[in-house]
Amino acid sequence: MNRRGGLTAIDGAMALIALLLVVQMWLLTATLEAYLSGHSEPIFPAALISGLIFVGCFGLFLFIRRIDANVRNRLYFGGYSQRENKLLTARKKGVESDADRG
Amino acid sequence: MRRVNSKSESLWREEFAVEAAAEQYVSRRQFSKFLVLTSIGMFAGQIWILVKNWFRPTTVYEEKSVAVIGEIGIGEVKLFSYPEPADACIMICTAADHYVAYSQKCTHLSCAVYYEREANRLECPCHEGYFSVSDGSVLQGPPPRSLPTVVLKREGDNLIATGIKV
Repeated sequence: MNRRGGLTAIDGAMALIALLLVVQMWLLTATLEAYLSGHSEPIFPAALISGLIFVGCFGLFLFIRRIDANVRNRLYFGGYSQRENKLLTARKKGVESDADRG
Repeated sequence: MRRVNSKSESLWREEFAVEAAAEQYVSRRQFSKFLVLTSIGMFAGQIWILVKNWFRPTTVYEEKSVAVIGEIGIGEVKLFSYPEPADACIMICTAADHYVAYSQKCTHLSCAVYYEREANRLECPCHEGYFSVSDGSVLQGPPPRSLPTVVLKREGDNLIATGIKV
């Protein structure tokens, strides 16, 4: 993935995280409102959904980190990803490394 | 959670980009980290509410005589306080020997509701929220929930309030 493509992917993931955060914020205010008015029915499902949203946000964050790592490593290692760089180094040395097999 | 080994890239280089192109990535990654932290905070808030709800003590209501049968006629109302003196309630005689009572606080912004006899409904004058007389449910307007119902029982000629059903 090139630099511009990486930025687009990261921006898309960040927009999704922001959208999920809005839903999570609404869920929290609605649950608090229900709790304070003496209604306990929606509290457990809301906590469950909030947890799922958090997992989704964290997954998107890991996606952003992966894209970031891939693209920035290409910048630092002269057009090659860190993995490709490892493979090239190993081949130059004539050593069969784990990276080469993987 | 380092993504590259220390030989190839140091931490300062990961967090403080030298190249202008990489700087865009650093700022986005840091901002997304902040967003995920916000998400953790809101999830923690949900868990806090859940725990508070588990340990919430059950409210026990005392019985209190609030009216006498025949004290109000059909379509008339009586105001009383239950369970505390500050908790205003409204009782309506909807038919012969048939009484209903609700909390007088609107579930929107706690304005006092009143009985509109012509329309046979409870009305909140602040934001025009209407409630059903039969079960206290919302007919129209901004109130998010039904009016809490005062549970009544008859003992001889007395009407006794025994609890609040939200």
